[in-house]
Parts: sequence; structure tokens; C-alpha cells
Amino acid sequence: MTTQEAAAIAETAPAPRRRGRARSGRGGTGSWVVGAYSLIALAIMMIPIVYTIVFSFNDARRSNIVWRGFTLDNWLGICDDDRVCESFGNSILVGVTATIVATVLGTMIAIAIVRYTFKMRTLITVLLFLPMATPEVVLGSGLGSQFVNMGVERGLWTIIVAHIMFCISFVVVTVRARVASLDPSLEEAGRDLYASPGQVFWRVTLPLLMPGILAAALLCFALSFDDFIITNFVSGNAETFPKFVYVAASRGIPPQSNVIASAVFFLAIIIVVAAQLSAGARRRKLAKTG
Amino acid sequence: MAFGAFANSGPDLSASAPRRRSYVALILLAPGILYLIATFVAPLGSLVLTSFKEPGGNFEVGEYVYAFRWENYAEALGRFGEIFGRTFLFSLLATIFALIISYPLAYFIGVTLRRFPLWQSLVLILVIAPFFISFLLRTLAWKAIFSDEGPVVSFLQAIGLFGPEQYLNGTAFTVVFGLTYNYIPFMTLPIYASLERLDLRYVEAGGDLYAGPVQRFWRIILPLSLPGVVSGTLLTFIPASGDYVNASKDFLGSTNTVMAGNVINDLFFQSFYPVSAAVSILLMIAILIPVIAYVMKSGSEDLL
Repeated sequence: MTTQEAAAIAETAPAPRRRGRARSGRGGTGSWVVGAYSLIALAIMMIPIVYTIVFSFNDARRSNIVWRGFTLDNWLGICDDDRVCESFGNSILVGVTATIVATVLGTMIAIAIVRYTFKMRTLITVLLFLPMATPEVVLGSGLGSQFVNMGVERGLWTIIVAHIMFCISFVVVTVRARVASLDPSLEEAGRDLYASPGQVFWRVTLPLLMPGILAAALLCFALSFDDFIITNFVSGNAETFPKFVYVAASRGIPPQSNVIASAVFFLAIIIVVAAQLSAGARRRKLAKTG
Repeated sequence: MAFGAFANSGPDLSASAPRRRSYVALILLAPGILYLIATFVAPLGSLVLTSFKEPGGNFEVGEYVYAFRWENYAEALGRFGEIFGRTFLFSLLATIFALIISYPLAYFIGVTLRRFPLWQSLVLILVIAPFFISFLLRTLAWKAIFSDEGPVVSFLQAIGLFGPEQYLNGTAFTVVFGLTYNYIPFMTLPIYASLERLDLRYVEAGGDLYAGPVQRFWRIILPLSLPGVVSGTLLTFIPASGDYVNASKDFLGSTNTVMAGNVINDLFFQSFYPVSAAVSILLMIAILIPVIAYVMKSGSEDLL
């Protein structure tokens, strides 16, 4: 996932629904055409996903381009290609570290923006907006040339530094929404019951913000895990999974990389479907209790 | 509204509690803002400084000293003028194609499927599904599909549209195709978010006033979904213009499809830092000017 993808996902945050009694949306040749067009577009969008998954089962030796028959060997021996395995491990390490730091820093900013007045508000807003509006290649080459100018040796930790940077704005975007929709009377109730400011924060505010914070953390991890464009400039000799794929592209990708991508894909789909189902169940429960 | 995730998240209940002024704000803001200054603002400054450097030291490859060599910019523009033009053209085409594909798709999910919430969520998951599988591997999948022995070329040859010597990979077509494909979800999701909120009673009212389907679309539906179109356009155009994976010769491009991102990347790794930095700065300026103009014209009151 790239940073702009995250912005696109963040935009679809659930909104209060105002459903009109829709007569005009119903029937007509128009909606048939739109439906057919959409299904064709979706089918084409699925082609590379299906291709990647299917070729994770290809009995390929060196280049995984021609189909040579079905095998489970790639799935059973992910670490047969140790560079695939090592780069995958690096990606997890970078993703987890960057996510933790960026989520903490971003959540703090989000709370400050919603709850407090401070000087230079516009400037800070622009500063948070710009990393999302700058092409990633500029972010990457900028940080890369700064490391070169400073004579810093690039490696895993410089990748982490870069990933924290591009995650912060997205954490702020996601968590801010949650802070804004938090009912202040809940915290007031805590204070009325003689909770100290610390107790109010840890036992009322933070638990209520948790869904937003978790969403932000997942977004940041997904961004970090799939980032190549920025990573390439700041990685030195260290290799993350996307960088391994990019480097290997010129001489053939081992099928194990398709296995890793497919496994991550299935895991992500399971998480998203589970989140959807539990949100749906919660809505129905709320509707029942009124 | 451009990246308006902030706006779309339910009622703003915090408005009832006035914002406070407190030293706590400083404590909350300082670490993150200082981090962004060190890792976003400073690198941009570093990029500007680097873009004026001149060869120095022992005159070995990659050794440069601080100077004011504006010729780096002249070189960047002179050598890569055509590439800047191509970058703009490819990104613009990808944005237009993505809009043509995404608008009906977003309408289908946001309006047609409104009465079927389960199907709506399912199709929405399909739209974001590409995000969950490596962007590089998806692009390589298209490379295999468009390869000389692949199904598309074989089909075009079989029906006589393509001669035996003709190919697809490495042409402007595959690069624009790859860019369009990769950024369709960025375009679809914000437009969907706008259309999902569209109150159909306005459309009905238009019908009651004898507006035909075309008028209802141009004068009611499109204006109401314009914020989504603006967001989607920015979210497609900005990353497309900086992309160097699709246009890379190992992916869907060739030496004939080089884009600004490829130049920045290649020069950087050949240790020609100053010209690479100059191209980066020019790209950033070239992106920011139309983006700012577009945001101002479409009346986005808030950035975040």
C-alpha cells in the first residue's frame, strides 16, 4: 500500500447515513449498464491478484513466468529461498517498530488538534498535510540525500525513520476523526466521579479512542509493509520484502515471494471481513436495543 | 477536503466543549512535530542545498561540495524536458482513464447497491483488495500477461490486429495501463464516499421538475459528488506523477517510457546527487502548482 492509498481508505470512514426513500435509483436500463460495466471493471482488477496467488502454486525452478504444474512445495518451503524469508522478517520488524512509534506520536498530535488551541495552527496543519501531497519519490530522495549529506550509513534503522515519517500524517488523519466524535460528557462524568486527569485519560478517553487508534496502526503497518519507493532511497544494503521483489524482478522472482504476498493477502482479507461482520453485528445489536 | 478523511467521520461532538489553551498541547504536539521537521522539512531543505552542489573534494564520483551551481537546474530542464512532458502526459492520461472507470463503479457501489448492504460491503472489499497484495507483484503479473508470448499479444496476433513482430510491453500503452490500474482504487474510494452520502431525494426532485437523466446527472449528481472527484483526482495524479515502478524497464516500461521518477532514482543511485535533487525539486514544484490551483478552484476550505 502507498501513502495515497491510505488516504483513499481513510476517506471511506463510516459516515452517518442519510438514506432517502429511493425510487429513482431503481431499475431502468441505465443501472443495468452501470452494473455490467462495474462488474467487468472489478473482474479486470482481480486478474493480477488471482495471477499472483495461482503462481504461488507453480512448480517453477528459476523464473516463475511459465506455468509448469501444480505444487505445494513453495508453500511448505517458504524459506527455501533465504533472501525471501530474511526480507520478509525485515519488513515485519520495520513495520511493527514504525507502527508503534508513529501511532503514539500521531495520536498525541490528533488529541492536541481537536482539544486545544495553540499558536501556528495553520502552519502545523500544512506541515501535516504536505507529506501526503508530496510525491513519494521526492520524500525518498530528500531523506536519502539528507542521509548522504550527513554521512549516515543507511540500513534498517533509516528505513524505520522514513516509515515513521510518512505514517504520522495518516495516524493523525484517522485518530483525529475518532477524537472529534468522542462525546465530552463521558469524560465529564469521570471527573464528576473524582477521577484524576490521568485516570480520566487512561480509563475513559483512551479506551474510547481505541478503535480509531487500532485502525490507524493497521493502516500504518500496511503502508510500511508495501512501501518500496521511499524505502529504496534510504535502505542502503538492507532489504525489505518489496525491495527484494524489485531487485529480483530483473532476473526472475522466486515463487516463494508469491507465497508470502498471497499469505499476507488472505490474512488481510480475513481481518477486513471479520471487522465488517463484527461492525454489522454491533449495528444490529444497537438497533435492537434501540 | 482534499485528503478529507477528517471530515467524514460522524458528528463532531467535540464542538460542544470549547478548545482549551494549555501547556499540555505543547507536550502533545512537540515530539511529533519536531520529528516531522527533522525528517520531512529538513530533507526538503537538504534537497534544495544538494541541488546547487558542485563536484568537489577529490573529484571522485559522488563527491560534491556546497555551492550555488544553478546550472544543475538548467541541465535538469535541458536534458529531461521531454521526460517532464511525458510524466505529465502519462499521469494525466492515467487520471482521466481512472476517472472514466471509477465513476460508474463508485456510483454502482454507492447508489445502486445501497439497498443491499451485504453486497455493498462485499464489492467494497473487492475494490480495496489490491491494496493487500504486493503492488510490485501485481505489476509484474500484468507484465507477464502483456508479454510477447502472453495471452493478450497472442490474441491480437490471432485476430490479425498485430503482426508477428509487434509487442506491448515497454510501450506507452502498458505504462499508462499500469498507472491507471494501480490508482483506480484511489479514485473509486473518495468518489464512493461522496456518492454514498448523496441524498437521492434531490435526484427525485429533479425528476419531478422534468429534468431528464442527463440533466439529473450533470446538474445534481455530479456537482454533489464533486468533492470526491477532486480528492480522487489528487490521490491519483500525485502518486502517478512520482511513480517509477510502472515505467521501469524491469516492469511495464522501457527506455522509451522513462518518467521523472525514473530519472530521480537512476541519477541518485549513480551518485549524481545534485541533478537528481534538482529534478526532484522541479517535480515537486510542477506537482504543487497545479494541485494548489486545483484545490483553490474547487473550493476546498480545509486542507485536513
